[in-house]
Amino acid sequence: MADPVISVDSLTVQYGDHRVLDGVSLNIEAGEVMALLGGSGSGKTTMLRHIIGLERPTSGTVRVRGVDINRCSPKELKDIRRSMGVAFQECALFNAMSIEENVALPLHELTNLADPVIEIMTYMKLAAVGLGQAAKQMPQELSGGMKKRAAVARATALDPEILVFDEPSAGLDPIVAAGLDELILLLKRALHMTILVVTHELASAFRVADRVAMLYRGSLIAVDNKDAFRTSTQPRIRQFLDRVADPIDSTAVQDRMEELAGMAGGHK
Amino acid sequence: MNVLNAIGDGVIRGLGYIGGLTMQGWFGLSATPRVLPLVGKRGRWQAALRQMAAIGVDALPMVGIMSVCAGFILAMQAGAELRRFGALQYVMDTVAIGFTRELGPLLTAFVVSGRSGSAFSAEIGTMVVTSEIDALRTMAIDPIEFVLAPKYLAAMITIPCLSIMSNAFGILAGAGFMYITTRYGLSMYLRYVAESIELHDVFLGLLKSLVFAIIIVNVGCLEGFRTRGGPDAVGRSATSAVVWSTFFVILADVFFTAIFYLVHKG
Repeated sequence: MADPVISVDSLTVQYGDHRVLDGVSLNIEAGEVMALLGGSGSGKTTMLRHIIGLERPTSGTVRVRGVDINRCSPKELKDIRRSMGVAFQECALFNAMSIEENVALPLHELTNLADPVIEIMTYMKLAAVGLGQAAKQMPQELSGGMKKRAAVARATALDPEILVFDEPSAGLDPIVAAGLDELILLLKRALHMTILVVTHELASAFRVADRVAMLYRGSLIAVDNKDAFRTSTQPRIRQFLDRVADPIDSTAVQDRMEELAGMAGGHK
Repeated sequence: MNVLNAIGDGVIRGLGYIGGLTMQGWFGLSATPRVLPLVGKRGRWQAALRQMAAIGVDALPMVGIMSVCAGFILAMQAGAELRRFGALQYVMDTVAIGFTRELGPLLTAFVVSGRSGSAFSAEIGTMVVTSEIDALRTMAIDPIEFVLAPKYLAAMITIPCLSIMSNAFGILAGAGFMYITTRYGLSMYLRYVAESIELHDVFLGLLKSLVFAIIIVNVGCLEGFRTRGGPDAVGRSATSAVVWSTFFVILADVFFTAIFYLVHKG
């Protein structure tokens, strides 16, 4: 089998006494869609930020196309970044620029293409995500779903091999979110991209992913294909799949209540 | 022990801040040539031009009015004393030298740090909070070169120009004062002033304002990059940008003036 496109090995991240990721290892193969699931505070955003090279780990390595992104030359890192598109949760479109200029930015900055070529490519990217008509609009004039699409268009501007999505469906209504899922599948089929989707939305993960990984309190508790994952009997996974709330520590609450009642009684 | 801890903490944070300023200043200034037209990357020069309009042209009315007022104030204060010795003509020297060496660059720096220093930190702070800076980095675009370098170039060109304008407005206010009090004509006034200021006074003032420009951009942008949290953090950064850039401008001014004072004596 070919080498994995993204290979995370014993990634550990610690802020002060708080260990956010604890020796996480994960391989993502070429052409697959991997969904990284996890609840709030499970460390999935931290893991994503390390995979795209925005933070340095406490220990462990992240290799993208075989290159250790924390120990490579600036030139190698630049090449890696060119081959990787990132669509952020907040979209991160530049507010001072129109949608068209946002998508054209990486083309202007990182290629020597002539302006007319860039214009055509920009239009094609926008048309591919269904925003051909909105090219001249400013980010703040767009709806949430359109912004996400624009962010995808910008992330794919340089035809990256790898595409990373941070919470693509967060804050979107189910119909728009489903549209975005279809867009991810289209990118995979048409452009054979390797795609990592970080999400807490089960429906979206099962729709787009080939394999699913699940983080729980900084450790990976499952990496499996989605059918096996769906039928897993692991209690933490079942809890996540069946949407069961964490039990509240009732004795602590009761003690505090009694304490408060006692204080109220004392004032009488 | 707590006091020692607090002092140590403060010192470490202070040193970290100075280190941040130095690093950012170094990378920012070394990226600045890539903004120049023809040799630089396309698009950067336009960004610098927009910044020049925002930092320089838009600040001109404010700098002008403040300089005229400060010129009058200086002339009146000096005149009140000098008149008693029958030395009212020295008001002209006071205003001319005071402005070219000191007040012109300093007033300009205050106006620009209030207008643009806060704007830099708010702009960059917002970009940090909305992940735009992260997006630039993941796109392999250097935020220092893309965001900071055009501001450096723009400020280093426009702030000395604004200082010259400020000098001119201040000196003209002095002319107004002399005309009102003694009917001293403008052409005579200008001839007198031209003789009393020396070229190195003007250069010294311009050199100062170049340093002030670097300080204002550096502090404003560093405060922006240090923004963490939500929209309220952006407001806090803008405030500290103005406070700290004004502080460092005064500090640099004392330092420079002291050096030139000593050199002049020796």
